[in-house]
Amino acid sequence: MAAGEVDLTEVMADAIKRSHARFCYECGKCSGVCPVARYDRAFSPRALLVRAVRGESEKLVGDAGVWSCLTCKLCDTRCPAAIDYGILTKAVRAVVRHEGGEAICTHGGAVQSLTRIMTSPELEQDRLGWVDDTLKIKKKGDTVFFVGCAPYFDVLFAETGAQTLEGAKGAVRLLNAAGVTPVLLPNERCCGHDLLWNGDVENFTMLARQNVSMVEAVGAKRVVVACPEGYSMLKAEYPAHLGGLPFEVVHLTEFVAEAIESGDLKFDGGSERSVVTFQDPCRLGRHMGVYDAPRKILEALPGVELVEMSRSRERAICCGVGGFQNCTSFSKAIQASRLREALSTGADTLVTACPKCEIHLKCAVTDPVLEEELGLRIVDLAALAAKHLA
Amino acid sequence: MANKDKKKSPSGGNGGFEPRVVAFACNWCSYPAADAAGINKMQYPPNARIIRVMCAGRVHPAFVLKALELGADGVLVSGCHFADCHYLFGAKRAAEQFEKTAELVRLLGLEKERVRFEQISAAEAPKFVRVMQEFVDDLKRLGRSPLAGGVGSTPGDLKIPDTIGDERT
Repeated sequence: MAAGEVDLTEVMADAIKRSHARFCYECGKCSGVCPVARYDRAFSPRALLVRAVRGESEKLVGDAGVWSCLTCKLCDTRCPAAIDYGILTKAVRAVVRHEGGEAICTHGGAVQSLTRIMTSPELEQDRLGWVDDTLKIKKKGDTVFFVGCAPYFDVLFAETGAQTLEGAKGAVRLLNAAGVTPVLLPNERCCGHDLLWNGDVENFTMLARQNVSMVEAVGAKRVVVACPEGYSMLKAEYPAHLGGLPFEVVHLTEFVAEAIESGDLKFDGGSERSVVTFQDPCRLGRHMGVYDAPRKILEALPGVELVEMSRSRERAICCGVGGFQNCTSFSKAIQASRLREALSTGADTLVTACPKCEIHLKCAVTDPVLEEELGLRIVDLAALAAKHLA
Repeated sequence: MANKDKKKSPSGGNGGFEPRVVAFACNWCSYPAADAAGINKMQYPPNARIIRVMCAGRVHPAFVLKALELGADGVLVSGCHFADCHYLFGAKRAAEQFEKTAELVRLLGLEKERVRFEQISAAEAPKFVRVMQEFVDDLKRLGRSPLAGGVGSTPGDLKIPDTIGDERT
């Protein structure tokens, strides 16, 4: 594929500068801490960085290592030179895609097809069928609730038992209970997260523009996002790509934690007692720095006791797949190790705030080889919290 | 998917619009049915690109979505009758897969008639002809897929800005 007028050398040089990749002194801490490299001996974040810095990015076309990274940013927390692997990985993938390389998409690329189809401005979706009479929503207003891809996920990943729409319903219930009637966009597009991290910057931008103009059209001043991936896109990537946004972006957990503090939201329902542990989604934690809000919510739930895994918060291990690409036996190994860690805390439930963590970990739990050993209830934070509303 | 030398369908045209159809056909039933239709010189609209698959149960929603993404006006998935499946469970799997596909197409807001599931045995060449005729007629009524012009963009303007909060001193 011809690169057109784009100077790929320039793109890489810029990313190397911004990521501080030249400060690398090849200590290998990134490869040491990398959850993928732990199982996949062929993958080394350090080696990938060195090749990118040497200007060998075009040689990376066809190198599976480009797509092995989970982009979970665990390496960032350990790098003594404070290198931002996220910036570098995004650029390397975009360059490799321009050179004809392609992400190895899981599920036959179904998610990527869905999202590329959504770039079509002519599409009139029918995605709000799950909103029942118990949920209060409106057509125009101050606050938009960005649903994300949950309606599609629940169809595509039905066999894992994933119920990501329960999270979306829970989110609307929590907003309602706090006195907010959110606007749901009937024609909301995918946030573009997967495409951006697959190196498809162009289609990501098309989706971003449509989402921003739809939010503007309903006159909203605030967008509440429950999915951490969508949150990282709307809050960080949209302004970076499109310039300042005329609305504020908050994560649902931040909104709920604040409502608990101000007394707007009380949890006094739900008699069920459980011991839970929290899976920090990499997008919410290391990408966006939200660690305390979900814990505040869990602590406010009656009958729920929170126990932490030894690797939590900044040290949390990712759910094993990023951007619906490159799901391998290594992903399964990462998931199994994470679930064993969760079980070792004595918890009966693993709570996560990300639909993809839910899908991936439920997939591991329903694995015929692992299900007996790793039987653990996995629930979405918003769905759990909504059950405790009076 | 470029198709400049398209022949006119024997069923005549709707303003000259010829739907582009992708048909996934099972190796053990529907594909031989299409073959038999040809051998018997039975006429049916030549709008479909038939893709032979070993089993219609292998046709994941992703395959159909990819065809739609690339501009197909309609996608046919054709496999065996439940009792005839070469792999015993494949026909059931095909129906399950297609149920998901149909639901995803509905969520996307595309007309449900754009995707079609059929069970056509190797002995049912006339049924293959009828299904193809019906499907193409339906698609002519629906008109072009809203995605027919191609969706998304190809690599062009490559600019990867910093994320907010990434700035370092």
